[in-house]
Amino acid sequence: MRMKQKRPFNETVFLLKITITLFFVMYVIGMIVFREKGFTHFQTFLNLFISNASLIVIAAGMTVVMLTGGIDISVGSCVAMYCMMLAYMMERQGVGAVGAVAIVLGTGIVFGFVQGFLVSYLRIQPFIVTLAGMFFARGMTAIISVDMISIMDKQFLGWAQHKMYIPFGGYLSRKGVLIKPFIYPTVIIALLTLVVIYFMLKSTRFGRRIYAIGGSEQSALLMGLNVRRTRLNAYILEGFLTSIGGILFCLNTCSGFVEQARGYEMEAIAAAVIGGTLLTGGVGNVFGSLFGVLIKGTIETFITFQGTLSSWWTKISIAALLAFFIILQSILGNSKFHGREST
Amino acid sequence: MKPNFKRITHYRLFLPILCLVLVLLVNVIKTPTFFQLSIRNGVLYGYIIDVVNRASELVVLAVGMTLVVAASGGTDISVGSVMAVASAMSCFVLAGGQVSVNSYAAPWGFGLLAALVAATLCGAWNGFLVAKMRIQPMVATLILFTAGRGIAQLITRGQITYIRVDSYKYLGNFIPHVPLPTSIFVAILVVILTNLMLKKTALGLYIQSVGINKDASRLVGIKSNWIIFFVYTFCGFLSGIAGMIASSRIYSADANNIGLNMELDAILAVALGGNDLAGGKFNITGSVIGAYTIQALTTTLYAMGVTADQVPVYKAIVVVIIVTLQSEEFKKWFSKVTARRLLVEAKAVEA
Repeated sequence: MRMKQKRPFNETVFLLKITITLFFVMYVIGMIVFREKGFTHFQTFLNLFISNASLIVIAAGMTVVMLTGGIDISVGSCVAMYCMMLAYMMERQGVGAVGAVAIVLGTGIVFGFVQGFLVSYLRIQPFIVTLAGMFFARGMTAIISVDMISIMDKQFLGWAQHKMYIPFGGYLSRKGVLIKPFIYPTVIIALLTLVVIYFMLKSTRFGRRIYAIGGSEQSALLMGLNVRRTRLNAYILEGFLTSIGGILFCLNTCSGFVEQARGYEMEAIAAAVIGGTLLTGGVGNVFGSLFGVLIKGTIETFITFQGTLSSWWTKISIAALLAFFIILQSILGNSKFHGREST
Repeated sequence: MKPNFKRITHYRLFLPILCLVLVLLVNVIKTPTFFQLSIRNGVLYGYIIDVVNRASELVVLAVGMTLVVAASGGTDISVGSVMAVASAMSCFVLAGGQVSVNSYAAPWGFGLLAALVAATLCGAWNGFLVAKMRIQPMVATLILFTAGRGIAQLITRGQITYIRVDSYKYLGNFIPHVPLPTSIFVAILVVILTNLMLKKTALGLYIQSVGINKDASRLVGIKSNWIIFFVYTFCGFLSGIAGMIASSRIYSADANNIGLNMELDAILAVALGGNDLAGGKFNITGSVIGAYTIQALTTTLYAMGVTADQVPVYKAIVVVIIVTLQSEEFKKWFSKVTARRLLVEAKAVEA
């Protein structure tokens, strides 16, 4: 492995700057184009977080595995499975909301462990493992129940519908009533998780190991780091974060069905990539991913406000953005990663 | 050297054939009429015909996927979506933008051409990202995997386009006076032509060489990037053919369901065919046998009352088992265990 060369500018910061600028430009454009429809309200901004709380957490998990040089494309199916598990346990089995949530979190850790074990200890390509995981989870969703189950559990709905008002940024509606902006607890959980993961990556031993093995596995090995266990732990953490994301997703939709969260894996990967995480690992941070999620949310808001476009445009535009950013990464990083595949 | 090589080829086809025999055996025990053929309305009917017929798309995809895996060590997970794009394109052209038509708006050949061009372009896009941009194959193809169905939806404007013309159904069903389903011939033709292309030119050798070591191949004068670009484009083209067959079966373009979960089947066929998913040496025959095995397995699962949504669970488990058996770490561990056992046995004999 060659030494890291000195580059004229820091590409991560560069990518992150593009992303943040893109987000603000898009948001300002939205404010101008849709000002009649209430895009300028503070609530619209908060809605970005409300509707994407789960994606924020999942993208953070995705960032963690991508930093190790791996990937997980099973997250979308896992979210569907966790939602179905929650719905099935609460509605058909009479498990309490707390118990159901705990079981889902446990499942997430187990799922992460199995995938991580196959990737790190058996050295199977992460794609193949998580592709199998993707189909497994989606199929399990169908095995649990092929019908759509709506959640009626009072405690769970209580969590889901608990509005937390914010004292500022309100506006007067046409009838002259002050409408206060609000968020759901999901947003708080998502942002807290994000902060915890950020500091975990930044200043714990485990976090630094993740960056080390992603930057260069061989160097990390020579330094005496336990590459396998670190990678396994990264997948376990990611599995756990995905289960949190699944619960947040379920708090948003309050139902479980087979087709749920299809294509979610690409949104999570796109968010991480747009936020400056390199697909080759070792570079990136979770706050970049947050902006990736916000960009995706803004596109979705555009399409909702526009009204006539089909929802497929969201997927296509996310895919286009992902393509744009990976090409950009590839162009920026080609000199650095040239010949890396052959090692 | 020679017997060793022979043993390897023997071993390579051993797994797929064993699996096929096992699946068939289970079927014969469950349904004794499994191999029975009957003639109704001048065409052959029977379980086995059904399996071979339904496997056609998968065979075509597996051929393309084998080459992709061999050359790049990655997989193309967009094949199912590309099938949807191809079928949407063909129905769009043939229906002239209408939702349901009883006669072609354009000659059938135009529809076929449009579908194949669209699919080939999708493949070329994947190839461009992988070969020129050096993006990991799965991330590159993930873009079309998700966006492909969106594109197909846009082409058909979110509706299911029906082509209610008899000749459109030929490809996926029967041509009059031919007792076998057309798609069987298409699949066989694709396999033969691809084999000719690989064996009669140096292409097959190049693909293996690029898959084993891309940079070394480049240094000996093989245009590695072009080979990789080519296999992805070719895989897209074959997905287009598969898409046409699938669309012809239901004489419509259903953007949400055509080619659904086919990517896993195709990868499974390749793995089951004894091909190493890390690239390098490949065996198309193995993949084809793998594809028929998987279709037989799918049909068996359906017969056992498993629904289409649930089937992926079993296939995912099979994939994990196969790749685990293939993995170097597992082989190392396994040989260590067997060596230890042999040692223990030898000591026991001594004592």
